[in-house]
Amino acid sequence: MIDPMSQSQSQGPDGQSQSQSGQRQRQSYDEMWGAGDMGDAPPRDPYRAFESWFRDENPARLRRKQREAEEIFRLTGITFNVYGQAEANERLIPFDIVPRIISGREWSRLSRGIEQRVRAINAFLHDIYHRQEIIRAGRLPKEMIARNEAFLPKMIGVQPPGGIYTHIVGVDLVRTGDDEFYVLEDNARTPSGVSYMLENRETMLRMFPELFSRNRVQRVSNYPQLLHKSLAACAPPGATGTPVVGVLTPGIYNSAYYEHAFLADQMGVELVEGNDLRVVDGRIAMRTTRGYTPIDVLYRRIDDDFIDPLNFKPESLLGVPGIFDVYRAGGITIANAPGTGIADDKAIYSYMPDIVEFYTGEKAILQNVPTWRCSDPSALKYVLDNLPELVVKEVHGSGGYGMLIGPTASRREIAEFREKLKARPGNYIAQPTLSLSTCPILTKAGLAPRHVDLRPFVLCSPEGVTITPGGLTRVALKKGSLVVNSSQGGGTKDTWVLEE
Amino acid sequence: MLGKTAGGLYWMSRYLERAENTARLIDAGQRIALTRAGSDEDWLSVLQTAASSEGYLDKWGEVTREQAIDWLLRDRDNPSSVLSVMEYARSNAKLVRTAITREVWESVNETWLRLCDILARRVSERDLPEALMRIRQRTGLVRGAMHGTMLRNDIYDFARIGTFAERADSTARILDVKYYVLLPSASSVGSSLDNVQWESILRSVSAEGGFRMVHGHEPRPKAIVDFLVRDRRMPRSLAFCAGKIRDNLGYLAQDYDTRLPCHDKAEALAMTYLGRSVDEIFDHGLHEFLQEFLGDLAALGHQVETDYRFTE
Repeated sequence: MIDPMSQSQSQGPDGQSQSQSGQRQRQSYDEMWGAGDMGDAPPRDPYRAFESWFRDENPARLRRKQREAEEIFRLTGITFNVYGQAEANERLIPFDIVPRIISGREWSRLSRGIEQRVRAINAFLHDIYHRQEIIRAGRLPKEMIARNEAFLPKMIGVQPPGGIYTHIVGVDLVRTGDDEFYVLEDNARTPSGVSYMLENRETMLRMFPELFSRNRVQRVSNYPQLLHKSLAACAPPGATGTPVVGVLTPGIYNSAYYEHAFLADQMGVELVEGNDLRVVDGRIAMRTTRGYTPIDVLYRRIDDDFIDPLNFKPESLLGVPGIFDVYRAGGITIANAPGTGIADDKAIYSYMPDIVEFYTGEKAILQNVPTWRCSDPSALKYVLDNLPELVVKEVHGSGGYGMLIGPTASRREIAEFREKLKARPGNYIAQPTLSLSTCPILTKAGLAPRHVDLRPFVLCSPEGVTITPGGLTRVALKKGSLVVNSSQGGGTKDTWVLEE
Repeated sequence: MLGKTAGGLYWMSRYLERAENTARLIDAGQRIALTRAGSDEDWLSVLQTAASSEGYLDKWGEVTREQAIDWLLRDRDNPSSVLSVMEYARSNAKLVRTAITREVWESVNETWLRLCDILARRVSERDLPEALMRIRQRTGLVRGAMHGTMLRNDIYDFARIGTFAERADSTARILDVKYYVLLPSASSVGSSLDNVQWESILRSVSAEGGFRMVHGHEPRPKAIVDFLVRDRRMPRSLAFCAGKIRDNLGYLAQDYDTRLPCHDKAEALAMTYLGRSVDEIFDHGLHEFLQEFLGDLAALGHQVETDYRFTE
């Protein structure tokens, strides 16, 4: 199974297992109640109106609403496919009706930090595929690029239209305290999940309109228009007239197909597959009922390896033969650009504070999680000595697979991982287990805290950076669990940013 | 519009229509079985009408009522079973999700989800009438959503062409499998047995009431053929369907300002066969007439696929 919200996981200490391992149980920061315990203390400011509404509600009615919401999702077809199985195995991502609420003040700091980071990522990508100043300046070791699978040599010297490499970014954030946010991962390739952000809000508006008259929640519904505008602003020099945008999908059996269709529909553009496209007169054109029509901007939801069998994986049937040559000649915009994976690579991640500083001249506003690169012998030694307290991830892994969460792992799992680490140290990084914040979910026994993360969605074009207020909150529905991935029992919540 | 999308719309509509027609065929077959000492012959002809007797015989050999119904309703080995075609219809709806309205998509998706429930297990004889009714109701809801929410543009035209191509195909098959009971020599016998067969034909196209309004209570072979082949008031007749295909292709020609080979073929289909009188049809041979019609209808379908670039 592939996670429709690609390549990200959150981790932190699990309260119970920590107490088992003899440490004092630590209370995670709660989005609704703050650092205190959940007793009689008042909720945090952003939750005041929600909490008073909730107190007057009948829990049975709310649980019924919760089931209604899932029925809406099922009928709407907001499901993700499970690979290799019949269509009957489409799954729903569970939805929890308690919103994750962020104050306007918190958001303005977060969004400043996100914008800074995303600008730095685009500057970094341009530099890495051109003069590599950051390496010349000695701020990034040469081998981090040269030997990195995510580096795409074919992109060297290529000038993407508008100078933008990563048009759509999903920055995964976790919170550990009142003012403590960490970036867990920068999804700079093809981040997904934005359709859930939009549908979650629609569902909440439909079910609890009264909540939105009591709270002034910043809207998210114009994301598709903003996406269209942002993509159109990146049209290549070869485009004439109003730019034609298309969404490229691997097809109806892809785990995130619903989202691809949703975005194309909402933007009012064609949803194409590789076999709808071909090169015609130096442009990429789609086969329509009236003949071939050129496309200017292709929002592709296919990985680099598969976009062009002539230039990359020859066995790929999903892509368009020759599209990379057209791209290099300025005939089409590919969003995100090929080769952006080098920026969200987990080994590069550890250099992000330097990268931000190098390209913006400012200190990074958002913190990085301290990271040990196991390719470094002294770091490897530390990691091997402290495995039970650490989270170890594969450098190119995604979806919460292939990782070790030390505090919850068994002795055997730790022993097995130790061998893997020794065999291929360069393939791993390690981080301390963060105490991820919790947010209440509705259970049969009332509200109960569960760990959450946050993925805001960021759009970049020559006209600027646009961040939709909020994003997608993913929640680990299992008590104590730190894995929020939908493929591993995670759910989602509506995310509110209140007006300041 | 993408060629692929045009193809998706065409096939989505064909499969939805096929699900409904198969439900009707089963209903008519069951009716015959209840009206007299049912023979397995009747179920064989139902299977033939659904164009899936060969697959059935390969898998099961012997024709029984229970097995035939299960094959037609829910057997995954039967690409024309209601469950199979609904899944294809939904896959095509997914493919064209950006071209259809949210209401149409949701009605197709919900139909599929409900039919999966209804057809999760073998349907007992007692539950059969309700299951068949549900299938027809559900496909009716999809039709209603299309009718009520879709723009009347090329998207709608391709969907309609699919609907009527499938329907014409189905009606022609129903007539062809039973053509021998409609031959003048057979009708001269005029036994009550044959009456049951005729009624079954009308029932297969939900036309008992309509026929009575136009031709009265005595089903006569020529009247039945006239009604199902030539009558433009009858929404499942060959003339009606061929006319609709021609009209919808005509809208496309206007809309795109381009006349293509499929337009001539559609014109020919509407004129050549359907301009004939019933006597001419019987003189030519009913079976031959229907076979030629089915062949030309299939050729027209292929021409539409080519002309509008459904595939590369």
